[in-house]
Amino acid sequence: MKTKLSLSQKAGLLSLGLLAVILLVWQLATLPEAKVVAADVDPEYAALMGGGAARAASSFPTPAAMAQTLWDKLSHPFYDNGPNDKGIGIQLAYSLARVLGGFFLAAVVAIPLGFAIGNSRMVYQAINPYVQLLKPISPLAWMPLALYTIKDASASAIFVIFICSLWPMLINTAHGVANVRKDWLDVSRTLEVNPLRKAFRVILPAAAPTILTGMRISMGIAWLVIVAAEMLVGGTGIGYFVWNEWNNLSLTNVLFAILMIGVVGMALDSVFGVLGKRVAYQE
Amino acid sequence: MSAIHPFLQVENLARAYPSPTGGDAITVFDHVNFRIHKGEFVCVTGHSGCGKSTILNILAGLDSATTGNVFMDGREVAGPSLDRGVIFQGHALMPWLTVQENVEFAVKSRWPSRNKQKIRAHAMRYIELVGLKGAEHKKPSQLSGGMKQRVGIARAFSIEPKMLLMDEPFGALDALTRGVIQDELLKICAETQQTVFMITHDVDEAILLSDRIMLMSNGPHARIAEIVNNTLPRPRERSAIHKQVHYYPIRNHLVDFLVSRSKQFGSLRDAPDAPSSPTVFDPADLIESDVEPVVAHTPPVGKPHIHLVNA
Repeated sequence: MKTKLSLSQKAGLLSLGLLAVILLVWQLATLPEAKVVAADVDPEYAALMGGGAARAASSFPTPAAMAQTLWDKLSHPFYDNGPNDKGIGIQLAYSLARVLGGFFLAAVVAIPLGFAIGNSRMVYQAINPYVQLLKPISPLAWMPLALYTIKDASASAIFVIFICSLWPMLINTAHGVANVRKDWLDVSRTLEVNPLRKAFRVILPAAAPTILTGMRISMGIAWLVIVAAEMLVGGTGIGYFVWNEWNNLSLTNVLFAILMIGVVGMALDSVFGVLGKRVAYQE
Repeated sequence: MSAIHPFLQVENLARAYPSPTGGDAITVFDHVNFRIHKGEFVCVTGHSGCGKSTILNILAGLDSATTGNVFMDGREVAGPSLDRGVIFQGHALMPWLTVQENVEFAVKSRWPSRNKQKIRAHAMRYIELVGLKGAEHKKPSQLSGGMKQRVGIARAFSIEPKMLLMDEPFGALDALTRGVIQDELLKICAETQQTVFMITHDVDEAILLSDRIMLMSNGPHARIAEIVNNTLPRPRERSAIHKQVHYYPIRNHLVDFLVSRSKQFGSLRDAPDAPSSPTVFDPADLIESDVEPVVAHTPPVGKPHIHLVNA
């Protein structure tokens, strides 16, 4: 008997298959290799050098060790044993707080400014050169200036997030506002709709999908940048955690952090995906 | 006052656009004069590019004339106003709002201090009027083209404007849907005694709906060349209108204008004896002198197919 699988069922099976292949390759690559222990070496010395057993474990974590770490770390996400030993939940919370803070500040500036730019050709032409100049600058390049002027590492990280979130939101808001269908504006003109009501009831909903796309891009960039920024400023956060575990030579923890960065980034993106669907309209 | 002055008076309207090549400005239309009386349904027709839509936009207050004035109800039109409802060709519904919300948006604009229930009831009355009861919670994207245009009509009528401006409202609809909505529009206009200015390319639509039909010559320098008094009696039925004695003279006159006379007017305009105001065509004058061709066009009355069956 043949049963027909739906497209998503097939895709799911293929995904699981891929996972199995990845785990297998990983397992094979990290198999303990046979070490030739020279006969003249004192076994006690060999044990000290990590070669005591006949087969030495690779220093790259095996899938099993990774699973053990995942279980341990995720079952106690919020412990705090001093500056260099905090639960992953606490580190992620620090990073998220900085990202959301910088992102929120950027939205507060970018969306009203984008409205002004999108509404007026004159304002657009006046501000456009600055945007074009500032947009391609790596946000981390601002870090020294931020540290010098703000004099606070954590606030500097927030500033870097602010700067990198600003441009996509600003450009998309301006674009969305400038491209509101003329018909809808004409309707609100013939209905003598006052400017404030027009902004919130006509222009904002019309431009909302474009604005939200900008916010989604901004959030994606902000989450990329926070890891690098925290490696620089140190102290707390997932970026600092990665760098600290690298200094501890704990590749298992580094790998674990990479996985968590991916999971949180995906979650943030899907939040904006849902919001985007909510404001989308079909013409 | 309104007894002496016409409801809408357009004086010497002209619109010029700067030339794209930097030469003299291009005058799309000039010396446009006409009047519309209260309760009158006036159609404008002419070829593309003669400035019909620009005239409508000037009447709506969305565009401004290069020279000339528009007066409505004794006051000059200087911008958009809730006194003039506009039905756009592309329906212009807000796709993120439901049918009901689209109409409510207009009602709320007209009467901002009304409470929610009153606005809702008022909007629903007009949604029912255009036969969309039951579809009020749908988004425009879920509606057919004809239904969308009905929402546009409901929205325009709901603000109870003194005058309605329609820019080829049914141009994008198929012939069957168009016929149904024309009938509904005819009914609603009769009920509300609405004053209407409408642009159309459809000669039959103009004959069915209007009291007068203004014919514009081709641009540039377009003008209202002729005005046709539509003498067909009301109420009009689409199925029976062609049996009226005046139907074919009016239709032939309109088609002749669009096919040939609209082009000739341009050269006529500069002649020393060019008419300064549009010629008025009244089929009543024509019928009295020349009845025969009309009868020839009239379809035979009775049931001719019975003869075929018996034969």
